[in-house]
Amino acid sequence: MTVDPFVNVEGLSIDITTARGTIHAVRDVSFTVERGKTLCIVGESGSGKSITSLGLMGLLPGSATRRAARLELGGTDLMALGPRAMADVRGSHMAMIFQEPMTSLNPSLTIGEQMAEMLTRHRGASRKLAFEKAAFWLQKVGIPAAATRIDQFPHQLSGGLRQRVMIAMMLMCEPEFIIADEPTTALDVSIQAQILHLLSSLQRELGMTMIFITHDLGVVSRIADDVAVMYGGQLVETAPTADLFARPQHPYTRGLIDCIPIPGKTKPGAHLGSIPGTIPSLMGALEGCAFAPRCAYAITECRSGKLELTPNSANQSVRCLHPIGGAQSLAVTMEETE
Amino acid sequence: MSDVSESFEIPKREAEPWRLLVGRMLHHKGVMIGGLILVVVVLAAVFAPFITQYDPLQQSLSGRLQPPFWMERGSADHVLGTDHLGRDYLARLLYGARVSLLIGFTTALISGSIGTFLGVLAGYFGGRTDSVVMFLVTVKLSIPTILVALAVVQLVGGSLQIVILVLGLLLWHQFAVVTRATTMQIRGMDYITAAETVGCSTFRILLTEVLPNVLNQIIVVLTLTMASAILIEAALSFLGVGVQPPTPSWGIMIAEGKQHLFFKPWLVMIPGVALLVVVLAINLLGDGMRDVTAPEKR
Amino acid sequence: MLKFLIRRILLAISVAVCVSILTFGLLHIATDPAIAIAGEDASAEEIQSLRIAYGFDRPLYVQYADWLSKAVRGDLGVSPYFGLEVRSLIADRLPITIKLGSLSIIFALVLGIPLGVIAAIYPNTLIDRLSLSVAVFGQAIPNFWFGLLLIYVMSVQLRLLPASGTEGIQSFIMPMIVLGTNAVPAIMRLTRTGMLEVLGSDYIRTAWAKGMLPRQVYVKHALRNAVVPVVSVAAIQAAHMLGGSIVVEAVFALHGLGSLAYESILRSDIPTMQAIIILFSSFFIIFSALSDIANAYIDPRIRIL
Repeated sequence: MTVDPFVNVEGLSIDITTARGTIHAVRDVSFTVERGKTLCIVGESGSGKSITSLGLMGLLPGSATRRAARLELGGTDLMALGPRAMADVRGSHMAMIFQEPMTSLNPSLTIGEQMAEMLTRHRGASRKLAFEKAAFWLQKVGIPAAATRIDQFPHQLSGGLRQRVMIAMMLMCEPEFIIADEPTTALDVSIQAQILHLLSSLQRELGMTMIFITHDLGVVSRIADDVAVMYGGQLVETAPTADLFARPQHPYTRGLIDCIPIPGKTKPGAHLGSIPGTIPSLMGALEGCAFAPRCAYAITECRSGKLELTPNSANQSVRCLHPIGGAQSLAVTMEETE
Repeated sequence: MSDVSESFEIPKREAEPWRLLVGRMLHHKGVMIGGLILVVVVLAAVFAPFITQYDPLQQSLSGRLQPPFWMERGSADHVLGTDHLGRDYLARLLYGARVSLLIGFTTALISGSIGTFLGVLAGYFGGRTDSVVMFLVTVKLSIPTILVALAVVQLVGGSLQIVILVLGLLLWHQFAVVTRATTMQIRGMDYITAAETVGCSTFRILLTEVLPNVLNQIIVVLTLTMASAILIEAALSFLGVGVQPPTPSWGIMIAEGKQHLFFKPWLVMIPGVALLVVVLAINLLGDGMRDVTAPEKR
Repeated sequence: MLKFLIRRILLAISVAVCVSILTFGLLHIATDPAIAIAGEDASAEEIQSLRIAYGFDRPLYVQYADWLSKAVRGDLGVSPYFGLEVRSLIADRLPITIKLGSLSIIFALVLGIPLGVIAAIYPNTLIDRLSLSVAVFGQAIPNFWFGLLLIYVMSVQLRLLPASGTEGIQSFIMPMIVLGTNAVPAIMRLTRTGMLEVLGSDYIRTAWAKGMLPRQVYVKHALRNAVVPVVSVAAIQAAHMLGGSIVVEAVFALHGLGSLAYESILRSDIPTMQAIIILFSSFFIIFSALSDIANAYIDPRIRIL
């Protein structure tokens, strides 16, 4: 997909051992992200998108096994790094922002303490300097009265403010790569736009490469350079954003797009598209296409054998025996609303 | 919707079929090991007269302080040696086991009855009954058990029965707490409401529906209380209070052996190890029963 | 919060009063205090005159009211055996018991918390089972026998520590170990459970994501949150240790409150027994009230009320 990718993932598979069997949470996922660009990974809950990011960060639980042909960040082979080396990379060169700001900060440490330790740990800064930097960054992410906030505890801040603190905390060491796992899902709609805007501008300013995980296609259309759609632990389609919306190839992608109401176009009372059925179990071997049970276009061949992710054009790949044609009318609609 | 004319059936109680429980018990290492040791000890205590021909009270001033058979100058005559009055140590150990087990078991039964009674009442009726019982439990918790046991037993006069009574009145709180919690849980279940609706008397409900379900918890607390009772009794008799010599009690044996600790340590070691093993076995059994009756809590 | 505070203190006071009534009643019913003082072989007239002199012929509740009114003013009566005021007897023996108690609870924490942390970091492994075994042993071993065992090993065989007496800190090492070992299981288990719960929370995942080192995650981030309930349990264990000190002080010949209790029991010295039982109960009542209040303070739902 790209010439000199900053993030290079090839054949990533993650299995989780449970009492009831092995869950194949991520199956043979490959993607690349160019330096400075944003890749959005889209999918429902249970599609494996969060686990993929945890796998990248090396934050998988003990019951999980990670395999990959290639897992590179800026040329460094992440698979070859031991625990200490990985801990040095995390926070310093790669950072992650989580979904629940209400529970992701330590309730018994002050904001300043949690932030300052990033610099004392990774940059060898003195406590004084680290706290000063923390105050600086709080201001940078738009938190007023930073000097007061530094000594406060997380429970004294609202959800939106806590997420800003998270962002500031994770970006303090100016990492080259950041994963944002649904950072706005748990926030009020009014705050969501602010946080998105904050993230985008910081990304541009610091020249970071970003993977943004979401189930919200509206967000995708706003910030993504490229999109990867996941279903049942697999990548089913990858494409640059505009191409994905203009010419979705995979029936699942088409279904997701159809679910979005379009202001001005969708008539009140009209049926929003929905995808019938539920996500598949991730245990056991996969026969054919994971989406087949819910697919309106499924044919007999879809239910057996192994499907590969095949490139469709220069930048687009799809894992489907029966990719649908582009929907020109949809492309026109998207342009109208932008 | 079912036909209204169908006869009303009280839903089946949720108590677990015994077979499943016993099956789990047989597979749990703690239950099996602890239970086995306990059974051996009980049998040894019961059949003591057949295991040793000696009378634990019979003194022999010529054969004093003989060491156990595995040491020098020990003999197979007195397998565990003799104490400072020439009494056979194995005999005293076995008959002492009777004292410990009897006290442990009876105390647990008495305190179990008191505690379960109070706990079930508190859990079932709630409100003021609950507040009263919880207050009693708090008062009981604040009382220093060993101190009060020592004081009362000494003042009234030491004997097996007094010790059992006093300890029985001092060790009921855990039963109350546990049965209260379980009863409250059961209280909210449908089959209780159903039974009440049909007109079952409270007493009958308590007996047939609540009690069987609380039984699992009671068994666990029973074992742990038994262990506590045995340890406390040993401490009491060690301090010279409670069961009086010449009755053999492991605590008394340790106290009497104390002055010979330097040169004849087995007098202290043997009964101490016996205490340790028995209490460990009971604890293993109790912890195991807890695991087995509430596997999701593990 | 204020409402909670008042209710909790009222509860503490009513429990204390109840305990004192129960104790008073028990002690005075269990035996005839006049005989206890006069001795078994005193004549009937001696006993009767003693009874009147001490006021034992009055109804029980009058005697109790009398005791209570004096007690709240600090007058705990006179010991018929020692011939001294009870409160000075207690004041004399208190320092040793406090020293022993503090050392023991510190020992229990120093041993129990790290064991619990390690067990939580490596759950269901050999290390975990070993720590659990230590806990099980600590609960099962009779403390007086443990003391004798330690004496045998340390004093007799190894000649490392003094077997009795109160010269210097060495005399407290073995008693401290014996008393502390009783509390280790509870502390260890609670730490382990608390740590396991905390280690699964989101903010610990954040700490790992920040690239923090294991030592920082386990101690600075996790333990700080997990240790709170342990502290309140430790306070209650400390109160329980008072009861255990009777035996330990007897075995190691320490002259603290425990041995005073033992002596007074052997001599049927009722005023002293009464005072010590109330004292030990009060420790427990105060410590558990403090820990309840501390927990309520931490729980924001109660704090706001």
